[in-house]
Amino acid sequence: MGMEWPNDIYAAFKEAGVDQVAYVPDAGHKTLINACIADNDIKAVSLTTEEEGVALTAGAWLGGDKCVMLMQSSGVGNCINMLSLIETCRFPFVAFITMRGQWHEFNPWQMPMGTTTKQTLELAGLLVEEVEDPADVGPQAAAILHKAFVGQQSAALLLNQRLVPVKTFGK
Amino acid sequence: MSDRAKDFPLHRRDVAKTLLNARVDMLIVTGLGSTNWDFTAAGDCPRIFPLWGAMGGAVTMGLGLALAQPDKRVMVATGDGEMLMGIGSLATVAVKVPKNLTICVFDNERYGETGMQTTHTASVTDLAATAHGLGIADTGIIRTEDELAESLDHLTTGHGPVFRVIKVRAEPLDFVLPSKDGVHLKNRFRQALLGDDAL
Repeated sequence: MGMEWPNDIYAAFKEAGVDQVAYVPDAGHKTLINACIADNDIKAVSLTTEEEGVALTAGAWLGGDKCVMLMQSSGVGNCINMLSLIETCRFPFVAFITMRGQWHEFNPWQMPMGTTTKQTLELAGLLVEEVEDPADVGPQAAAILHKAFVGQQSAALLLNQRLVPVKTFGK
Repeated sequence: MSDRAKDFPLHRRDVAKTLLNARVDMLIVTGLGSTNWDFTAAGDCPRIFPLWGAMGGAVTMGLGLALAQPDKRVMVATGDGEMLMGIGSLATVAVKVPKNLTICVFDNERYGETGMQTTHTASVTDLAATAHGLGIADTGIIRTEDELAESLDHLTTGHGPVFRVIKVRAEPLDFVLPSKDGVHLKNRFRQALLGDDAL
């Protein structure tokens, strides 16, 4: 059975008028990424590392576009210094982050970033919300997009690992 | 360690002036750090966004801007050290193929802000070949005033992405600093480009 919440985030993007979506390929965001790639009104940008997306977001805003970022909690660590661009210039910023290291995590290498994502982002100056209930993802997505592009804040929505299927590597 | 860059004929301040004046509606992102001072010396103005930090981010910032403003020419002017720190961003540009984006790397083979230590380009690294290998078809190296003059039209109007390494002399220069207030730099850029409603 497919998950509905990625479609709810996509609907929130359309409602908020998102122009650019920057992403690093991610299993949890697969449905949402594919929806954005298929949308001719969204410029979907595949990154080699998450920090590129932070700078891309700032450039998009300079040019009048709204850009959002999709990534996994492990990618947050790759963004830290680049987030100084967001904070120093007070660019609106919003990231949707699928969490690792929470619920039935198979891979211990995901634990260091997964267990410190919220604190890391808050230290970098972002406002952080977390959602666990699939039915609440859509409203939370709309709220965080409003916080970024209307309230002109930098923010992240953490998508709890319980929202995505358990990964086992076949073991 | 190579000292050859001390004899490169092109002076970076002249190159910046030439590029800035080549097209008055061109939007420019400059990278940390010497290209900031070069373009400020050439003529500080709202259509230049100088990065005082965010090292490695100049190219993707330019990409976001180019995608947002497809009818404007966007130029990223950065140094070899800053480019090396964000080298993967050239692959991101290559895949996205922004037709209005030009990337000029002012390559003096040195880290200017930290004491002129050599970068990897002083020995074996070829940034034009790297960019080509990462998928940008239109790459090259500019070494002389004549080559710069011949390339100028292409750099400012050619089908992008255009990537050029501009070999510039390793030389001591005075700092010419833009504002370091990031909010001011952002707002003046958006006001000039998008109008008062963007503030």
